[in-house]
Amino acid sequence: MDIFKIIDDFQKIDGDAAGRLQYATRRHFMNRIGSKVASVAIPSIFATVVNKAFAQSAAAVDVLNYALTLEYLEDEFYKAGNAAANLIPASDKAIFTTIGKHETAHVAFLVKALGTAAIKKPTFDLTYKGAFADVLTNYKTFVAVSAALEDTGVRAYKGQAGVLIADPQILEYALQVHSVEARHAAIARRLFAVVNSSAATKAWITGKEALIAAVQPIYDGEDNMTQGGVNLKGLASKSDAAVTEAFDEPLTKAAVLAIAGPFIKA
Amino acid sequence: MNKIMKSHTDSGKQEEKVTSVVNRRLFLRSAGLATSMGAIVLSACKDDDMGTVIPGTGDAVELGKGDIGVLNYAYALEQLEAAFYTQVIATPYTGMTDAEKTILTDIRDHEIIHREFFKTALGTNAIKGLTPNFAAIDFTSRTAVLGAAKLFEDTGVAAYNGAGKLIKSTDYLLLAGKIVSVEARHASTIRDLLNPKSADFAGDDIINADGFDKAVAPADILAAVKGYVKDTITGASVGK
Repeated sequence: MDIFKIIDDFQKIDGDAAGRLQYATRRHFMNRIGSKVASVAIPSIFATVVNKAFAQSAAAVDVLNYALTLEYLEDEFYKAGNAAANLIPASDKAIFTTIGKHETAHVAFLVKALGTAAIKKPTFDLTYKGAFADVLTNYKTFVAVSAALEDTGVRAYKGQAGVLIADPQILEYALQVHSVEARHAAIARRLFAVVNSSAATKAWITGKEALIAAVQPIYDGEDNMTQGGVNLKGLASKSDAAVTEAFDEPLTKAAVLAIAGPFIKA
Repeated sequence: MNKIMKSHTDSGKQEEKVTSVVNRRLFLRSAGLATSMGAIVLSACKDDDMGTVIPGTGDAVELGKGDIGVLNYAYALEQLEAAFYTQVIATPYTGMTDAEKTILTDIRDHEIIHREFFKTALGTNAIKGLTPNFAAIDFTSRTAVLGAAKLFEDTGVAAYNGAGKLIKSTDYLLLAGKIVSVEARHASTIRDLLNPKSADFAGDDIINADGFDKAVAPADILAAVKGYVKDTITGASVGK
């Protein structure tokens, strides 16, 4: 028996296998997910399921109308921004078009799902009672407000997860929107870092550092070091900054509505 | 495979050892391929000596029931992510910029913190430290590394989103929520590194027409990551 020949043969097979494994695993994964999504992707089916669940939970209706309020605000904000001449540079258009598309879809989904229970769209003041007076003419302001809105959205959805624990399907929808808001937040924060040459601003939230002072309440509590009752200071010799970045914190409905208040005229 | 091994049982000890290690390597990779492609190799390996587990190379790992199962499931995924980024930083790909290194180091630290947090939280209920298998990833290639990172992050997001409704404790549900949005921030960032300033940070390949991210059940996630871990993870009772 020629042991070296066998090892050589194995290595040949291994060499092929590495590439095929990567390809096959990825394809398998995407196929599975793809078929799953395809089977439930029609909005009307979603809406039916949600409506059924609503009948059983007033709490869920409440949470989704709260979510709808925030989505209405985001949708109006991006519609105005994307329509404003000379605001968003061509290089960044794809980003804000994509974010806007998702917010419009979230509104449509929630309106359809809530049916007659859906609240009407409020009248918004995108200048935040004048604090962001140039939000549709100054790109820096627009990016800052975008990041602030998205970071708020992440905290708002997170804060409602526990309320939805008795409504598993609605909880899952909320989680699926929550992580999209987080994807938006990350890219908006990175754009903020670029337009302000602020290397300290990352896709993730360090401590309770606010992008702009006017929106500090959006970041209060993000410096929490205690998770699951355990103080994580010094965990794995990592910095406090890293520990706070590794966990996003929730906000209560009251806190979010207080933050959003100046955007809402009526 | 078995024929080859059996033909060696009479040979010298050293030779047998070498052969069995090589055979095992081949077996593990073949097994990974088999699951991915819906093929056949597993049944051929059920008999005799192929069942022998060599320490440190792959064990059977059962995640457990209920919320403990969900936490162990998260712990397993965080272990893989942490090990992956540790390797990425230990052997940077060709042409890694300072900005990329900062981002990837941050992500590494977040994943290590997640891993250590779950280990601490689970205490004696924690599964063992897993043995990753990143043989299929070319760590010298930016495209390969960021491509794998994208897969891990998107998978992590889909996994947490899919596990949420399996969690019974509101405290644990909130914890999962605190972590999943950080994973989504990672995913967005990695995707933007691969295709800067495009729609890919939340592309149509991952976000559906309702503007929803994916939510995927544990069984499908475990099948998807199977090729990246030497241990055989079973999670049929997660959340039950």
